[in-house]
Amino acid sequence: MELFFDQFPVVFQSLNVGFLQTLKLFMVTLVGAIPLGLIISFGSMSRFRPLSCLVKLIVAVIRGTPLMIQLLIIYFFPGLVLDNPIWGSGESGRFLAASVAFIINYACYFSEIYRGGIQSVPVGQQEAGLVLGMTKGQIFLRVTLLQMVKHIIPPMSNEVITLVKDTSLARIIALQEIIWAGQSFMKGSHGIAGAIWPLFFTAVYYLIFNGILTVLLGRLEKKLNYFR
Amino acid sequence: MPILEVEHIQKSFEHTEVLTDINLSLEQGQVLSLIGSSGSGKTTLLRCLNFLEQPDSGIIRVNGEVLFDAKDPATQRPAEIRKKRLHFGLVFQSFHLFPQYTARENIMLAKKLLVQEQPDFKARKKEIFGEIQEEAESLLAQMGLSDRMDNYPHQLSGGQCQRVAIARALALRPDILCFDEPTSALDPELTGEVLKVIQGLADQNTTMIIVTHEMAFARDVSNQVIFMDEGRILEEGTPDQVFGSPREERTKQFLARFTEG
Repeated sequence: MELFFDQFPVVFQSLNVGFLQTLKLFMVTLVGAIPLGLIISFGSMSRFRPLSCLVKLIVAVIRGTPLMIQLLIIYFFPGLVLDNPIWGSGESGRFLAASVAFIINYACYFSEIYRGGIQSVPVGQQEAGLVLGMTKGQIFLRVTLLQMVKHIIPPMSNEVITLVKDTSLARIIALQEIIWAGQSFMKGSHGIAGAIWPLFFTAVYYLIFNGILTVLLGRLEKKLNYFR
Repeated sequence: MPILEVEHIQKSFEHTEVLTDINLSLEQGQVLSLIGSSGSGKTTLLRCLNFLEQPDSGIIRVNGEVLFDAKDPATQRPAEIRKKRLHFGLVFQSFHLFPQYTARENIMLAKKLLVQEQPDFKARKKEIFGEIQEEAESLLAQMGLSDRMDNYPHQLSGGQCQRVAIARALALRPDILCFDEPTSALDPELTGEVLKVIQGLADQNTTMIIVTHEMAFARDVSNQVIFMDEGRILEEGTPDQVFGSPREERTKQFLARFTEG
């Protein structure tokens, strides 16, 4: 027990640094995937068949394969197969590759949620807008969008919480996020070796962060309860 | 000159013909009722007038101007169709109010977007929005909804929603206001308040086309009645002619069902 208290400050410091990287990946993924998902959903709903078929195929491939494999392919393929290491070396290169993989993967999931959300808004809403002389763009922004957002908050909350935990997959390309930081104390780091508790302790970070997110998303859901 | 002239409108969905050679004309300030069983094409006709459906052939003229001609692609450009729609207003059976906006905002939204296309909009923005709000409030007062302006649609009864929807359509001052079974989605005790509003508009000489199953109301409110059957106009005339002494056997059958209750 004494040993634990000796180790704790060092481990805590190191896990915090790792968690910062986790947070960064989480944020970047959301900022990238939320708009990209909308573009993909428009693509899959396009009346131009070749475009919608292509987009649906891409979504099927991304959703049908593990994110871990996608991470590995995106990180290693350019360097090892094409002989063109576009990601650069070191932590920043790994972060960039991880961000790209996460954004693409999550955008595909989001796009399906958006599609469901948009299609759940009754056609009558669009017709009412048209009859009132509104343009398609105005109808989407002023009428459909908020109704869609209201519909998709529960499934999006699910995805966001999953994303927090999925960031740990970036460990596979040695991104120095919190799992990597926790694991490092097994082999030895900061003068501590053979300690497995730091790895287990990372779970507390995920739990607390997801707890906060759940509360925030719940509030957002409540905020949109002013209409039905 | 009639305000509305419709010539030889024909429309098919897939391979089913839903409108066959529809011809009608309507004078300014008159009320036209379209009656007939479900599936007779009344709603499709209204949707064609509002450019929600595109006829396969035929011409639609308002105040002598050709708004739509199936043979002339120049009359079918989306940007122009948006402007031409404004000659017509449409009140839907199930209201289609925007749920995230209050009654007042529902009425102001489209107008607020339209005025942004005016050249003097930037300079007079405050003034213009003020006018729009005043107009919305006076329309709501006219509908007897002054105390409901800040309510959201889900806080209103069906009859109140439909009256807001009527005000929303009126706010754009259409030449011709169309109603698609405006009381069919309402509880029987709420139809009265909506019909009263429509009767009030008729008294102010609002040009209207009303698709309805309320035969007594159609008889009272209209100047002209059209009976449709299987996509055709089977009989037309004044309410007294069509309701009082229908010529066609099919019209008699249809009307008999209503008098039997």
